Amino acid sequence: MSPHSITTHEHYLNAGYGPRSWLLTTDHKRIAILYMLSITFFFFVGGFFAFLMRLELLTPDGDLVSAETYNKLFSMHGITMVWFFLIPSIPSVLGNFLVPMMVGARDVAFPRLNLLSWYIYVVGGLFTLAAMIFGGVDTGWTFYTPFSSTYAHSNVIPVVIGIFILGFSSILTALNFIVTIHTMRAPGLTWFRLPLFIWAMYATSVILVLATPVLAITLAMLGVERIFGVGIFDPALGGDPLLFQHLFWFYSHPAVYIMILPAMGVVSELITCFARKKVFGYRFMAFSLLAIASVGFLVWGHHMFVSGQSAYAGMVFSALSFIVAIPSAVKVFNWAATLYKGSIAYHTPVLYGFGFIGLFTIGGLTGLFLASLALDVHVHDTYFVIAHFHYIMVGGAVMGYLGGIHYWWPKMTGRMYPEGWAKFAALVLFVGFNLTFFPQFILGYLGMPRRYHVYPPEFQVLNVLSTAGATILGIGYLIPFVYLIWSLRHGKNAGRNPWRATGLEWLTPSPPPVHNFDEIPVVTGEPYTYAGEEEQRE
Amino acid sequence: MMHGFPIFPPSASTAAPRVDALFTGLMIMTVFFSALIFFAIAFFAIRYREGSKANRDNPRSESLPLELTWMIVPLCISFGFYFWASTLYTQMHVAPPGAVDVYVVGKQWMWKIQHQQGNREINELHVPLGRPVRLIMTSQDVIHSFFIPAFRIKQDVLPGRYSTEWFQATTPGEYHFFCAQFCGTSHASMIGRVIVMQPAEYERWLAGAAGGAPMATVGEGLFQQFGCASCHLANNSGRGPALAGVAGSTVELEGGGTVVADREYLRESILDPAAKVVRGYKPVMPVFRGQLSPDQVAQLIEYIRSLGGPRVAAKGGTP
Amino acid sequence: MSEERALVAHQFETAAQQRSAATLGMWVFLATEVLFFGGMLMAYTVYRVMDGAAFARASHAQNILLGGINTAVLLTSSLTMALGVHAAQEGRRRRSVLMLSATMVLGALFLGIKAVEYSQKFAEHLVPGVDFRYAGPDAGAAQIYFILYFLLTGFHAIHLTIGIGVLAVIAFSAARGRYTSAYSTPVEVAGLYWHFVDIVWIFLYPLIYLIQVYR
Repeated sequence: MSPHSITTHEHYLNAGYGPRSWLLTTDHKRIAILYMLSITFFFFVGGFFAFLMRLELLTPDGDLVSAETYNKLFSMHGITMVWFFLIPSIPSVLGNFLVPMMVGARDVAFPRLNLLSWYIYVVGGLFTLAAMIFGGVDTGWTFYTPFSSTYAHSNVIPVVIGIFILGFSSILTALNFIVTIHTMRAPGLTWFRLPLFIWAMYATSVILVLATPVLAITLAMLGVERIFGVGIFDPALGGDPLLFQHLFWFYSHPAVYIMILPAMGVVSELITCFARKKVFGYRFMAFSLLAIASVGFLVWGHHMFVSGQSAYAGMVFSALSFIVAIPSAVKVFNWAATLYKGSIAYHTPVLYGFGFIGLFTIGGLTGLFLASLALDVHVHDTYFVIAHFHYIMVGGAVMGYLGGIHYWWPKMTGRMYPEGWAKFAALVLFVGFNLTFFPQFILGYLGMPRRYHVYPPEFQVLNVLSTAGATILGIGYLIPFVYLIWSLRHGKNAGRNPWRATGLEWLTPSPPPVHNFDEIPVVTGEPYTYAGEEEQRE
Repeated sequence: MMHGFPIFPPSASTAAPRVDALFTGLMIMTVFFSALIFFAIAFFAIRYREGSKANRDNPRSESLPLELTWMIVPLCISFGFYFWASTLYTQMHVAPPGAVDVYVVGKQWMWKIQHQQGNREINELHVPLGRPVRLIMTSQDVIHSFFIPAFRIKQDVLPGRYSTEWFQATTPGEYHFFCAQFCGTSHASMIGRVIVMQPAEYERWLAGAAGGAPMATVGEGLFQQFGCASCHLANNSGRGPALAGVAGSTVELEGGGTVVADREYLRESILDPAAKVVRGYKPVMPVFRGQLSPDQVAQLIEYIRSLGGPRVAAKGGTP
Repeated sequence: MSEERALVAHQFETAAQQRSAATLGMWVFLATEVLFFGGMLMAYTVYRVMDGAAFARASHAQNILLGGINTAVLLTSSLTMALGVHAAQEGRRRRSVLMLSATMVLGALFLGIKAVEYSQKFAEHLVPGVDFRYAGPDAGAAQIYFILYFLLTGFHAIHLTIGIGVLAVIAFSAARGRYTSAYSTPVEVAGLYWHFVDIVWIFLYPLIYLIQVYR
């Protein structure tokens, strides 16, 4: 069977053992693993909060937890998932591991800052977690004022400090990627020869760098308001609560693109490899990433159509929100076109890729419902919105993340995961996901508001379906957790390039050596040159 | 409507069928494009699976006409929906003239409703069938939101200002309303029902239940009680301007500029008089913020409005 | 003369690559700072548009002379910083240390004058949330003016302090002969940061102090 020691070469995992070699590493690959462990932890923490919520929602009455506890659960679920799982997931795990290798470099531009970013993440995460355990926060992840600044009795300040700290982690990671991609590409690797995953990381990093500071200052002002009560956001003192919403959403809308663009980058890698074909419309794919990133900064007011914002502002934001959907549509069509005349093998990574495309399409199109002013009036702050963003965040981003983890697992660990179990888990996740969230579209249109732990009895059937789905989904996430760990000892030896993929990362042994390449490769052609099996790059 | 397993809430206002039509239109578009993508991917994934004998000659990897097509077609469809939705929104946004005005105050965690005739309700809203009803809303503490799914309307209710929404009910009955902006512990219990009555029945209800003097009458009492009458003399010789005919008129301000004396202006002038001073007058009016409840402010406004004036529906204002 | 070689970190192929990476890194970081101060300036702009008269009246409490002196101090410190960078690029050890030290001294002078201004605000009971007494119906707007004043200038002062710390480290390295014509990147990058802190003040001074100079 498979030997316990997979290879005899020295690589980044066996080049030094013991806590110090990990906690003081500056190797981007080890830092990626550190991030992977941390975000997995927070994923299960956030998932646990969600599970308790769904249990409560099995019945119309509030019989499992008190109202206050429920309010804390949904707040902490949102905070944990958005900031401690989704935003770092693909960039800090897959990005950190792959960006230097994909551009043909030995590491990121600032390896020590990279390690610092992980420590900042851990400090911010533990701080916030402690605040959540010792009292919790009940404002929702959106912290609207004046409730959060003046009325809430929960641990708003510690949580806000934790998120503020975490922001620096995002900024440092993104800064590293921007500089690495600009200045450290291998000879011959021009911009239009970069893999689309790199373009996605680049666009994501630009958003991270420009949007996160606005969140930081908004939370800082919220903290000052809460402690000193000076009126920045409190109308009783002459302040404007809508100012908070504008500042908050100016970050938080681009934040959702931080969460989806990396997954789109992964999907481009998966589709091309498993269709054995160049991506269709490479330049359009690259530019659409930049278009989403830039137009994404102009649409934040669509979260505020019924907030008291002027109708004229609403109409401008609505128009821009329709426009920002177009580059995403372009990507979906191009992925489909890439499959045309390809040679498609159904390995788990590309199954996640297909799942992404389908669920992202539904999630994205339901975004148009929300962009439509007259319709948003009805469905704003209902379960329709929750369904919409979970289709994109979970059906999209998490599937993209899992697809990427499976695809690059052999490179990162030298081992193959068990394909049978992996396909099974992907199917369980797909079914569980749709059962959880599709009923919520209906619940939302029927009028069930968000953030309600009790509801009129006529909404119960759909809630029961959703909870059943959530149970299946939760089991589905445990399966890869188990078999991926199992594969570390018992997985098949992967070899250098089990997928016969193009891309500089596949030139190295699996796992790669500490310095990635013995000699920096020279790039002479476009990416995804899969044309004809006999023309494989060696 | 589908019985047994509804996917639409009751359709009980003039706006509801129009919102539902827009929803259905978007739904058809969504199903169409989702199916298109699903089938394309499934079809290609099967036809071009590894080892199949399909024709793979000359695979393309770019096509400008195709890219332009699938940018421009979605853009056109998007703008179709944009104009449909925006037009409907502007129509839904401004109440027609002759609407019945009802004041709504949200506070943690209940809704207090006050009709012009003096009827007060808690967590219930009686309205007449077939007439436009406009809700004039404010909050006593945090941001709330007044959501009536059966009418397809929702509007955030803010502290420190009025916000409005309107509807015209088309079917008698009882319908949920919910608070739809998270506001603290009992947010999920801040709910109630709208009761739509036939016009005659509504008139009987106004005359009978939970009555009390009309708001304007109570407001007149407050006007005397709080000393407003001592400055706002009717012959314009006092320290404050006379208020007959002010409501809805255009007021000239100290320091230049004008403002329409809508409800929001009247509210601000009572609670924060120095914000806008009428030309020719000094900023000597006492601040009444903290001394008057939102209900009392509304009663004073109704009194001032009862003194007459052009009831101009200002853009974005609360006339 | 002995050959002067740059120390190239292991992830870079050439010294030129290292230098362009460091410089681009600092520019990206400065972009985040623009957005950070930009958020606060947006809040300031909104409230100033909402009640310009109140802001103007509140700004009368500012000491325009001290603020003006501070502006001159910071501008001069940018001059000494630029001279220090130039000296480091030429490998002139004593001159670079001198210029860096002058920059630090001017930065400290700025902070000292700022401390005087802050203590004046305390004495005049103009510190929102701690000790705020302001006569007039526009006290609410004035309070917002003053809290934004403290936030804007406070965060600016924190950035300046960090800059002084960074310059101390750089000056120390310069004194040990670390910077030559082949390698002066840290000084250049620190210079970028210092100039940025200066530019932020150039925005803050007129916006906060000079709303209504003639009354």
